[in-house]
Amino acid sequence: MILSPRTRQRLLSAGALIGFFLLWELACLAFGVSDLILPRPSQIANVLIDKMSLLWPHAAQTLYTTFAGFVLGVLAGIVIGVGIGSSRLAYDVTYPLLVGFSSIPKVAVVPLFVVWFGAGTVPAILTSMVISIFPVVVNVATGLASTEPELEDVLRVLGARKRDILWNVGLPRTLPYLFASLKIAITLSFVGTVLAETVASNKGIGTVMMIASGNFDVPMVFAGLFLLAAMGVALYAVSSLVEQRMTGWAQRKTDMAMA
Amino acid sequence: MGNAYIQLSDVMLRYGGGTIALDHTTLGIDEGDFVALVGPSGCGKSTILKLVAGLLRPSAGAVIAGGREVGAAGTLPGGGAHASQAPRLRIGLAFQNPTMLPWLTIRDNVMIPLKIVEPFRRHFGKKKHGEYKDRVEALLAQVGLKGFGDKRPWQLSGGMLQRASLCRALVHDPELLLLDEPFGALDQFTREELWDIMQTLWMDRRPTVLLVTHDLRESAYLANRICVMSSRPGRILETREVGFVRPRTLESSYAPEFATLVQQLRMRIADARRDGDATPAAAAMATATTTATAASLEEVVA
Repeated sequence: MILSPRTRQRLLSAGALIGFFLLWELACLAFGVSDLILPRPSQIANVLIDKMSLLWPHAAQTLYTTFAGFVLGVLAGIVIGVGIGSSRLAYDVTYPLLVGFSSIPKVAVVPLFVVWFGAGTVPAILTSMVISIFPVVVNVATGLASTEPELEDVLRVLGARKRDILWNVGLPRTLPYLFASLKIAITLSFVGTVLAETVASNKGIGTVMMIASGNFDVPMVFAGLFLLAAMGVALYAVSSLVEQRMTGWAQRKTDMAMA
Repeated sequence: MGNAYIQLSDVMLRYGGGTIALDHTTLGIDEGDFVALVGPSGCGKSTILKLVAGLLRPSAGAVIAGGREVGAAGTLPGGGAHASQAPRLRIGLAFQNPTMLPWLTIRDNVMIPLKIVEPFRRHFGKKKHGEYKDRVEALLAQVGLKGFGDKRPWQLSGGMLQRASLCRALVHDPELLLLDEPFGALDQFTREELWDIMQTLWMDRRPTVLLVTHDLRESAYLANRICVMSSRPGRILETREVGFVRPRTLESSYAPEFATLVQQLRMRIADARRDGDATPAAAAMATATTTATAASLEEVVA
């Protein structure tokens, strides 16, 4: 039987995933590793199934917080990125400031958010937002700033206003850059949320893992990690699907042209 | 030289780095004329085009297009202070590179001017699937791109993209057509075919055309008037009238009169390259004596 390269690739990556867990399971059994150190995947799966009703609200909370922070972060990132990218001066002037902000460890700002807004959902959303802004700003600004002047001249010679040029050339030209940054931003958003949940919250997977590790319930900690990874993969897949739909031209997808 | 349709008066242009691209350039183009600018590379041909298009502002002197000051030295971009002047000319522009926007289909690319330029702009939402689409399709068919409207730019060859680029320059019925070596990157056969298409389009619509080119045969095939420029800083050394009857054909471009004109232009440019640093006085005189040498060439191809 001959498989298409695409199917082959999918089978191989599914195989790699299963192989990884199998190896983990077997290694734990062979060396008699205690589940206090490293639980077997089958034990983690058990916890996931048994405690689903308990875990589910926390997972939903984390997902909601991450998504809210991500959306806010991306919107803010686009606005700031467009502002910076559409003027050479703004780009040069504000870049050091941006790099400075992004260098601040985000874990350090969580206590500040707690002081301002109290413990709970708001600091988590804000942390998730702050952490995802930077890659979006940098990519959008770079995309805009690197737009070929010839493409803009096509519109300028027609007497187009600055807004026309931004809307018809600058922004479409920047979309591939934006979507590349979304894939980075979504994973960072999860990091931000869990960070805030671990430090100051009573809901969310971060809190669950914090409490579980306090109780030496290591399988539960791993169950939390698994949930985070699964949600991360799912959101990543969604952003890359949207990317393909919106920026097929950048990857020269022929099927898109026929649509 | 007075107030022609397009008028550059004593224009000087210095780029940011201090390079003087144009110096004391004076050029007038009448409405409906077809003028070609030829000259050694780097002589400021494209700079003149950008000045007329309003993409650049002169460092000294004035550029007037259709009774409106496109950019006098010292005015701010945008021209808000010139509200009382004539309305902005409808300009069509085609570059050496087709500069198609890769995220749009060929049809949408050609349609861009209709989306931006009044009076088409205000009806764009209503007509883009009807009247405007038909208009674009008709134009595409005229340049041999029938059925390619739904393709993406990367699916077309260089020659096809250049045809589409011509369509985009013409779709909004421009009063002024600016062509910056639009056929420069093409093979000879495609180029000659596009000359013919260009000539037909011009004879149908009669826009004022300013063509910048390296190709002397191209200038002789297409233009009514050829301006020869000196090397940097660019000045117009000489203007030749081209009297060959239209439509000019590939055969007529191999006639002796045609060959003579091309050869004379070639020698003139060789001179221009050799003494690129002519004294300003001599150059100013050359600018003033424009059509004197052209009389002998106003022959007609039988």
